[in-house]
Amino acid sequence: MPEIFYSHAVRDALREEMQRDERVFILGEDIVHGGAFGVTKDMASEFGTERIRNTPVAEEVIVGAAIGAALLGSRPVVEIMFMDFCFLAFDQLFNHGAKYRFMYGDPVTVPMVLRTPAGARRGYGPTHSQSLDSIFMSIPGVKVVVPSNGYDAKGLLKTAIRDNNPVVFIENKTLYGRRCEVPSEDYTIPFGQARIVREGSDCTVVATGQMVEDAMKAAQVLSNEGIEIEVIDPRTLNPLDMDTICESVSKTAHLVVAEEGHLTGGVGAEIGMRVVEECFYDLDGPVRRVAAKDIPVPCSEPLEQYVIPGSADIIRAVRESMVEE
Amino acid sequence: MPAICIYVKRAAKPSRTGQNLLSFMATCSTCPQIKMTTTIDTTTALKIYRDMVLIREFEEALDRLFASGAIRGTAHFCIGQEATAVGISGALKKGDYVISYHRGHGHFLAQGGDPRRIMAELYGKETGYSGGRGGSQHVSSLDVGFLGSNGITGGGMPIGTGAALSLKMQGKDGVVVVFFGDGAANQGAFHESINLAAVWKLPVLFVCENNLYSMFTHINETTAVEDISRRAAAYDIVGEQVNGNDVQEVLACAETAVLRARAGGGPTLIECKTYRHHGHSKSDKRAYRTREEEAEWLDRDPIASFRNFVLSEGIATEEELADREREVGQRVEESIKYAEESPLPSPVDLESSVFAD
Repeated sequence: MPEIFYSHAVRDALREEMQRDERVFILGEDIVHGGAFGVTKDMASEFGTERIRNTPVAEEVIVGAAIGAALLGSRPVVEIMFMDFCFLAFDQLFNHGAKYRFMYGDPVTVPMVLRTPAGARRGYGPTHSQSLDSIFMSIPGVKVVVPSNGYDAKGLLKTAIRDNNPVVFIENKTLYGRRCEVPSEDYTIPFGQARIVREGSDCTVVATGQMVEDAMKAAQVLSNEGIEIEVIDPRTLNPLDMDTICESVSKTAHLVVAEEGHLTGGVGAEIGMRVVEECFYDLDGPVRRVAAKDIPVPCSEPLEQYVIPGSADIIRAVRESMVEE
Repeated sequence: MPAICIYVKRAAKPSRTGQNLLSFMATCSTCPQIKMTTTIDTTTALKIYRDMVLIREFEEALDRLFASGAIRGTAHFCIGQEATAVGISGALKKGDYVISYHRGHGHFLAQGGDPRRIMAELYGKETGYSGGRGGSQHVSSLDVGFLGSNGITGGGMPIGTGAALSLKMQGKDGVVVVFFGDGAANQGAFHESINLAAVWKLPVLFVCENNLYSMFTHINETTAVEDISRRAAAYDIVGEQVNGNDVQEVLACAETAVLRARAGGGPTLIECKTYRHHGHSKSDKRAYRTREEEAEWLDRDPIASFRNFVLSEGIATEEELADREREVGQRVEESIKYAEESPLPSPVDLESSVFAD
């Protein structure tokens, strides 16, 4: 099986879905020229500029136009250049796209995907580095996908494009340059099915997006100390596979949740609290969160590193969660 | 130089053969290839009259039902603005779509929305268009080409633009009408949507119902131009300004714009100067405007004006108009009965309704 870049896995999913279904088209800023991260590079020469559609810099109407097109039978895929820019389109996504199906019922559906690069570690500064996963997760009517590797990215993006609802597809930008084995044939990965990345008996670490890699690094270090962590990648935050997480916690009795978004009101707060509500009596220690500090993400490397979590934070959190009274 | 279309109206003399015709010619000063004659025969005139009266009677009934406590929540009446809804819908055919905003009952009814199901929605009943989930401001029916109303000022503008994109990409000849008020013209969505529709030459009619007030505040306090239509120049599209209380003028303007849109000429910005007789919403005491101003606009009531015109030109008889009024009265009564007799919804399906399968 070929090893390809994460960004190419995303492109393969887009290309294959566009070949498969002529209703699928892409709109976004500069995408004819590949976009900021080159994901749609050369796609315009294959599909033309009607289906690889360059837009003005106008996020509200980009997302709104996708919603409107989806209402009348198209299946648009939006690229928002940086996740931070999604704030400009929140009215359209949350007040309209997320609610139309619920309000209007059959036959109204909003089959659209919003792809967006997220995350820090590249020195882009406060308005180009955020991970807003928890915000998307908290509004009913939007599915949220956080693929941590190229294999998942391809299979999940195909599922997203075939889904009849608004799907936010979060691509951590540090992952674009990672390689992994990705089948060249068609496959999909269902939403709501977490992946057990590494089995372990001592502590469950639920990690999203880029933090999966950090969790695997932490696993090596901890294993040398005789602590075996079980790493779980939820893959989708809405729907969220709590069964797999709770099953793991019932085995390990300890939980750490690791994300790149801010601590307060974050993905870790939600997953941690759900574990407390659903399987509190399986826990033998405190739930710990690993997240970005509640500080805007700075530009300069030492400052950015201070705010953004890494494997050392996961190692510390695992130890804290396993401290006995 | 703003692009403004000029209409030449020409009413034909009624004939004795029953072929009573009201016809007017519309020409566009900026697109001279677009010339058309719109003809309103007796049947059409009676339909226009009936639809305008339906909107008025429906909302007047609503006003009473709110006052009596039969309906909860809120509503924004378009009484006084009926000519824009009916005039614009009159230029559309099956396969065209309308997207509306918070003051949307008229647009839905003009498109052929069932008054019984709209009333049931206002009553919060299971049989309402949104099964009680939407209320006054959140209803839709693709069957009659109504993409929906919503409570976010300007929120429908990007969506209508995208709907037009989909129609164009599918090679259909449908057009999309995006209704909005003068308040929405100051939202970013206004600029983003019209610019995009202009760049992509999308078949959209952006129809601004300028009723002079965004809620309690006069347009002079919020908007740098007096005429929203002048903003069309910023997008290099045709901007038109019509008397929004003159249904024939609205219809003629809409037909020209629809023709332009279907021909691939892109969007048109139509500003309908009008006035809402009631307040912004049901609780508004209208302290921000004078009774004198209101009286002036009541003299320009779109329904009374059309009625007088139709009678004076012999397009229809007093009796024919009275028939339509009776018909409307019955339909409104039926809608209330239907709503009252319909069951309340159960929350049992709510969780499973958030997402489509």
